[in-house]
Amino acid sequence: MRCENWNGFKEGKWQDEINVRDFIQSNYSEYCGDDSFLEGATKRTSNLMKKVQSLFELERQFGGVLDVDTTTVSSLTNYAPGYIDHENELIVGMQTNRPLKRGVNPFGGMRMVKQACEAYGYTLSHKVQEEFRYRTTHNDGVFRAYTDEMRLARKCHVITGLPDAYGRGRIIGDYRRVALYGVDKLIEEKRNDKNALAKGNFNTEQVRMDEELFQQITFLGYLKEMAASYGYDISQPAANAREAIQWTYFAYLGAIKEQNGAAMSLGRVSTFFDIYIERDINNGTLTESEAQELIDDFVIKLRIARHLRTPEYNELFGGDPMWITEAVGGMGEDGRTLVTKSSFRILNTLYTLGSSPEPNLTVLWSTKLPKGFKEFCAKVSIDTDSIQYENDDLMRPIYGDDYAIACCVSAMKVGKQMQFFGARCNLAKLLLIAINGGYDTTSGIHIGPQMPALKEDVLDYDTVMERYQIYIEWLSNLYVNTMNVIHYMHDKYAYEKTQMALHDTEVGRFMAFGIAGLSVVADSLSAIKYAKVKPVRNELGFITDFVTEGDFPKFGNDDDRVDLIAKDMTHTVISELRKTPTYRDAEHTLSVLTITSNVMYGKNTGATPDGRKAHEPFAPGANPMHNREENGALASLNSITKLSYDDCRDGISNTFSITPEALGREDQDRTANLVTILDGYFAKMAHHINVNVLNRETLMKAYENPEAYPNLTIRVSGYAVNFNKLSREQQREVISRTFHEAM
Amino acid sequence: MKDGRINSIQSMGTLDGPGVRFVVFTQGCNLRCGCCHNPDTWNMADGKTCSSTELVEKALRYREYFASEGGVTVSGGEPLLQPEFVSDFFKLCHENGLNTCLDTSGSLLNDTIKELLNHTDRVLLDIKYTTNEQYSKYVGCSLDAPLSFLKYLNERKIPVTLRQVIIPTLNDNEGNIIRLKRIASEHRCVDNIELLPFKKICQVKYDSLGIEFPFASLPQPTPESINHLNTLLKDKSLEI
Repeated sequence: MRCENWNGFKEGKWQDEINVRDFIQSNYSEYCGDDSFLEGATKRTSNLMKKVQSLFELERQFGGVLDVDTTTVSSLTNYAPGYIDHENELIVGMQTNRPLKRGVNPFGGMRMVKQACEAYGYTLSHKVQEEFRYRTTHNDGVFRAYTDEMRLARKCHVITGLPDAYGRGRIIGDYRRVALYGVDKLIEEKRNDKNALAKGNFNTEQVRMDEELFQQITFLGYLKEMAASYGYDISQPAANAREAIQWTYFAYLGAIKEQNGAAMSLGRVSTFFDIYIERDINNGTLTESEAQELIDDFVIKLRIARHLRTPEYNELFGGDPMWITEAVGGMGEDGRTLVTKSSFRILNTLYTLGSSPEPNLTVLWSTKLPKGFKEFCAKVSIDTDSIQYENDDLMRPIYGDDYAIACCVSAMKVGKQMQFFGARCNLAKLLLIAINGGYDTTSGIHIGPQMPALKEDVLDYDTVMERYQIYIEWLSNLYVNTMNVIHYMHDKYAYEKTQMALHDTEVGRFMAFGIAGLSVVADSLSAIKYAKVKPVRNELGFITDFVTEGDFPKFGNDDDRVDLIAKDMTHTVISELRKTPTYRDAEHTLSVLTITSNVMYGKNTGATPDGRKAHEPFAPGANPMHNREENGALASLNSITKLSYDDCRDGISNTFSITPEALGREDQDRTANLVTILDGYFAKMAHHINVNVLNRETLMKAYENPEAYPNLTIRVSGYAVNFNKLSREQQREVISRTFHEAM
Repeated sequence: MKDGRINSIQSMGTLDGPGVRFVVFTQGCNLRCGCCHNPDTWNMADGKTCSSTELVEKALRYREYFASEGGVTVSGGEPLLQPEFVSDFFKLCHENGLNTCLDTSGSLLNDTIKELLNHTDRVLLDIKYTTNEQYSKYVGCSLDAPLSFLKYLNERKIPVTLRQVIIPTLNDNEGNIIRLKRIASEHRCVDNIELLPFKKICQVKYDSLGIEFPFASLPQPTPESINHLNTLLKDKSLEI
């Protein structure tokens, strides 16, 4: 294929096949300087952002939801075009016909949509309910096939957060393809794939794929129609930077109009955009200030993206995040850095537009990143608490140099791999169920293999481990089978047509399992092994509490005796999961990530042998339990570096809070020290870190007086939130976390 | 291998020496300064025993975080009360390529301490007061002690950060800053002066130990007064 809009680009195989990576590698210019070239917000940007801020304020005053269109089912072409301020927008496109107005999307499940409407004072229209009367939703399908045991596991919260009533998300379309090739070329390629398929035999998988290709092609057509309603023809490749950003955004917009998946991540677009921006700057058709404006306007659009959720969902996740994750930086396989000026520009939006949880800016850190970029990242972290870091040196050898992050910590090759999201199981609760021989004291439900509760006066480590193993085997098998039901039904009733059209037809699949309560379990087992744990039994003989005498090693102190218990636990779980085959031969992966649900997991879990009281929160993700770290920040980081990414390929999340004073005396010391801490942590092959540089006092003031801190952003587990959108309980939990302080 | 008494370890220090540092607080102190924020390190009988090899193995677990600037710092307590132990620890650090920093009052000097200084890359010298009168009154020995220590460091050309805790009403004045600058200018080894604001969060430590906090009644300096003194410190026209 040859095209005028590609003039000035270096030729390559990207012209003959769909290959965005090859385009990037052949055309991008690495940038190894510092942030001095950056421009601030223009008057236009500031005015537009002011309008958006006042809309946010209105949304807050309306209890979190500004407006709901209850009569139109969300899809690509169902709404008239919407604008914030038509004359002054450089990048256009809205999910519905007005900013912050939410659409309804019942494909995942009708009940959730009805409840969400009602919670905010709306009623789902008769029209939509009627339309779906003769339609099976994903949720309908799942509950037709769920076994009794699957329902029980869900009910007693040993497996929770499953995507069985809403969109599964965690799929990243390669939205850049629309800009680079135009939609017509993508349709042509998909038709070729469909024709090629027709030449072979048709078994279940081929028939399914054939129908999926039909749907993909149809939705690529809708995507063109959607763009046309805004006055753009996206059938052909983008001709300049503004079009490249606009085309890419349209592709993403199509995806979020079609799907209300839990995490709708963006991918890795900034260095791709940079190629177009550089071409325009060299042509003399774009200035630095205009380049920043384009990125700013794009990011404003991402900041107003919304899905309609139930209040329960918001409570679980601290607001209504969409995890619009953008992976920034990283190194190329050839040793050049993938950092470009646009990597700086997208981080710069935290200054030009103010700090914000979305998009979820994720720096792919390598010890080899240019110094100027490392220092800029550290500065942005210290100033805004809005970015997270993931280890490029760890992931690049596995996923190559064109991968991105879905949600918080899930790596996948852009347009080549996807995942079946599976939330998490509660390992701490499972330990209690095991000790009680298949009885959950919190819910009063008998579940799993039935045997007598442990009888010992003092718990014996080997006996407990033997018991635990039986229940881990049982739960792993149940968990995989439950996931198989969910994803079979999601593919059948809520298939991601737009996003999968922006993937290769032959796609790699992960099935992503997760665990919550790892540090609670590690410390509990350590207590049983190194201290004296006496069970307290209720009148029925079930163990409901523990008296722990003596000291024991605790996760987060760089003590191998307990850190290796945690590491072994993840290895045991993933090994057991692998024993049960997955739907569509997906590869089993495991995450140690809770997002903010650590509060809910704790609420549903009885007292544990580590001294944690019943219903108290867990630590988030892979974090050590709060305030058990006795040897300072690096010891805590070291404990986490011992968890193996080979066992936890879906990510290991660590949230790190430190006071500015503890990072150093002067600003430049703090920046330099944060850089060396990140370098050290990732050199030890850790996977992820959220960095918060703030004082507990600031959070306490924001807790008491939320109006004074409307934009206070903090990193939680794998993403960032506006502190005010957290529930009071989550706010208290965040305040109680360990803050590494100056001595 | 030598055994020593230590109070605690902080795996990440950024305030005691350059860069990111592994900080060891030794047990035992020969002084009883009224502003001390570590009264739990005073009594040598408290704390725990630890060998120099054990300690260096611990420090090495953090070497990836040190970059070119950072390393280990031994603080206290008074590290100079255990010169053989600290010396052996520093020697092992050097064998493993770790930068070493000693945080001391400089109130002692003998041959074993001189040997320790062979393995010391930087000294953080807490000069406490700049007049003999105040030094004798609030520290209990003569200002000559830290000054002869500093003189020796100067001869040995060991880089020194001169430090002082700024305590309102006692040393938060221009005269003190002038004297500090004079001391620094007379010793070429001093390449940096740090003023540390007096803090009272250690009150809880005193309470839990059942010891009276001698300076409990003195106020903490305001950030403005520290800024002012730092400006004086940098002011080249200020007479020395």
